[in-house]
Amino acid sequence: MQFRHHRLENGLDIIAETNDDAHSMSVAFLVRTGSRDETDDVAGVSHFLEHMCFKGTPRRSADDVNREFDEIGAHYNAFTSEETTAYYASVLPEYQEAGIDILADILRPSLRPDDFEMEKKVILEEIQMYLDQPPFGMDDRLKLLHLGHHPLARSVLGTSESVGGLTPEQMRAYFDSRYAADNVFVAAAGRVDFDALVEQVAKRCGTWQPRSAHRDVPRAAPTPKFEVVHRPSATQQYVLQLADAPASEDPARYAAKLLATIVGDDSGSRMYWELVDPGHAETASLGHYEYLGAGMFYTWLACEPHLVEDNLKRLRGILLGIEQQGVTAEELHQAKNKVKARVVLGSERPQNRLFNLGGNWLQRHEYRTVADDLQALDHVSPDQIQSILKTYPLSATSTITVGPREDVRKPK
Amino acid sequence: MTTEILSQTLTNGMVLVGEPNASVESVAFTFLLPCGCSYDPVGRAGLASLTSEMMLRGAGPRDSRTWISDLENLGVERGESVGVAQASYHGATLKDNLYAALGLFADLLRRPLLPADQLEAGRNTCLQELRSLDDDPSHKLMIELRRRQYPDPWGRSSLGAEPDLRATTADDVRTFHERHYRPERTILSVAGNFDWRRLCNTIQELFGDWQPGNVAEPATGNGRPTGNYIPFTSSQSHVGIAYPTIPYNHPDYFQAWAAVGVLSSGSSSRLFTEVRERRGLCYTVYASLHTQRDRAAVLCYAGTTAERAQETLDVTVAELQRLGKGIEQSELDRLKARIKSSLIMQQESTSARSGSLARDWYHLGRVRSLDEVGRLVDALSAETINAFLRENPPRDLLVVTLGPDPLTMPPGTG
Repeated sequence: MQFRHHRLENGLDIIAETNDDAHSMSVAFLVRTGSRDETDDVAGVSHFLEHMCFKGTPRRSADDVNREFDEIGAHYNAFTSEETTAYYASVLPEYQEAGIDILADILRPSLRPDDFEMEKKVILEEIQMYLDQPPFGMDDRLKLLHLGHHPLARSVLGTSESVGGLTPEQMRAYFDSRYAADNVFVAAAGRVDFDALVEQVAKRCGTWQPRSAHRDVPRAAPTPKFEVVHRPSATQQYVLQLADAPASEDPARYAAKLLATIVGDDSGSRMYWELVDPGHAETASLGHYEYLGAGMFYTWLACEPHLVEDNLKRLRGILLGIEQQGVTAEELHQAKNKVKARVVLGSERPQNRLFNLGGNWLQRHEYRTVADDLQALDHVSPDQIQSILKTYPLSATSTITVGPREDVRKPK
Repeated sequence: MTTEILSQTLTNGMVLVGEPNASVESVAFTFLLPCGCSYDPVGRAGLASLTSEMMLRGAGPRDSRTWISDLENLGVERGESVGVAQASYHGATLKDNLYAALGLFADLLRRPLLPADQLEAGRNTCLQELRSLDDDPSHKLMIELRRRQYPDPWGRSSLGAEPDLRATTADDVRTFHERHYRPERTILSVAGNFDWRRLCNTIQELFGDWQPGNVAEPATGNGRPTGNYIPFTSSQSHVGIAYPTIPYNHPDYFQAWAAVGVLSSGSSSRLFTEVRERRGLCYTVYASLHTQRDRAAVLCYAGTTAERAQETLDVTVAELQRLGKGIEQSELDRLKARIKSSLIMQQESTSARSGSLARDWYHLGRVRSLDEVGRLVDALSAETINAFLRENPPRDLLVVTLGPDPLTMPPGTG
């Protein structure tokens, strides 16, 4: 494995982790933009724009884009998050240039009004689809409840109203300000011909203009709150909780990952033994999510409606117990073994390495090997976990419960 | 892309199949056992799932906490699922930990504690999974579609039924385990970095003295529910369509599979293009070939807002009927490119490989190497697929919908 980096004159970075033993290569165009960069009048535009990029360019119709990706056997997709919009493809090495040609082209979309109206319908269907799954959408509401007007509280999907009201002109203005050369980078992993990659990207993106896109990274000032959302049609009762956690620039994020594994991994964690194994809850888990300037411990639980108060009490007991007594050496040892194996198993697929590579570059402008990550995990001590718990108390959490119950009492 | 596929049958009938690959750090394994919900006795729908759930609550000398801690300390990523014909237990870990991990799974499969005092906990887990289906309408619909497409017991859902789960006793669980968790139709596949000789010796030690049980496969009945519409309070309507096709072990399987690929593999496929891209009718639409060993069906799904559901159904059915008129060479060329890269990328995942090895053995009694699959795909042509479609056009379309209002069935469907 070898790390390579080149910056075009317009500020567009190209990075790669090359691996000659791989069978395939994965490449992504990553744009530093997402819902956190939106304003109220264009809520949902980042995600809508991601869809529009597949609807055609001056050189290609939407059908051409889909057809040409399929012709090279690409496994491709795109996603939008709070702070990233990613367009990626996994292809056989001989299709590296063909893949780059399509990806670079769709990042300069036509945004034709007819396509805009047609795709708006698909997004509105996507929003409706989530409405039928009672807990979905609640994560947005929870972020808003916990973070208030912080940019990270903005919904990626937007609402039927905000998406319904968007115009092609608003999208064009947003595109111009965010998809500039110095706000996009190209990452690749696997069997990559890096010298060719630089040439291929330069040829297609070398004329893109830089724009010095700005992003606000205010500190979050969360206040724990409690809310009950009544959904009479739901069958199960759901509990979502958010607490503050180390941000993506914080070296304590490794300790935070291990802490989350100990407290709320799908299996073998405290939540597993106290909530899932005894049959009190269908699922219960806690994960650590990192963003620029803020991190989140996110808890998720589903149970029978009449058990929700007892489970809220148990959750609180688990979180307070960890805060007061910390974690045991055995728990930390087990969590390290688990997470390290996941890192190694995951690293065998170029696409997984691509997202690791891209994430590190996006958030910290750094390259980290698999060995670097394993070492950082190994170095986490019980004291570091204790110090995270002091700075980011797990029990200082905002809670939403959604389901058929409208009378859920907040635990004392 | 040439690899060696090795197999060995133990005297008790258990099959071990392996594909060593020294270029990776990981190794993955899959146990397929004849313990699916098709064996659920009358009045005990869900017993196979509850048994599997109870098996994770301690095995051999270890209670449940010790079993899970020991497994996690070995860095094993594991998962279990109960299907219609089979139960599957799979894991992946770093190469040095394989043999210790298999020891833990030998205890799990052969010597589970099935603690009676945890039956209520296990039952609650199963009941909650069943309940959560009502919050997942597309999943609920596809279960109802399969139930109507296949004769019992082959259309069952492993989630079972609430009254049956409530009536299940610890004895039922113990009996189910003793009767069905037996070696004679059990398959273990291993893919990744391991030594075949050492693996054979380990498996002989762990499973060689497992006694066969001689349970017959379930008989195919006639019963299946009727009715094309399931009322449901939701903002979307969910449309399911099924029609019979040929299973994986049929000589023409790749013709049938490729035809479905033209319909639904890739963004330039027909359903995605006509239903989503050209008309914006829905976010999700797909068709896939669902194969059991002795029967198969193409299952299609589309989810859309209630007022556009009729058009979605009509357009989707029209596409299925159009498929019967044949495909074009360019559609097949794109499909072949996608299949080729999928086959090559499959080599980059030992978990995906071990799953394929076990499924191949179940369906064919042998494993197709990726080379062989590649040759079968190369041999496909628009002529061969169209000849197949002339003989076997999509027909006997079964439509089931779930949502606020019933839909009008298009001509040629039932």
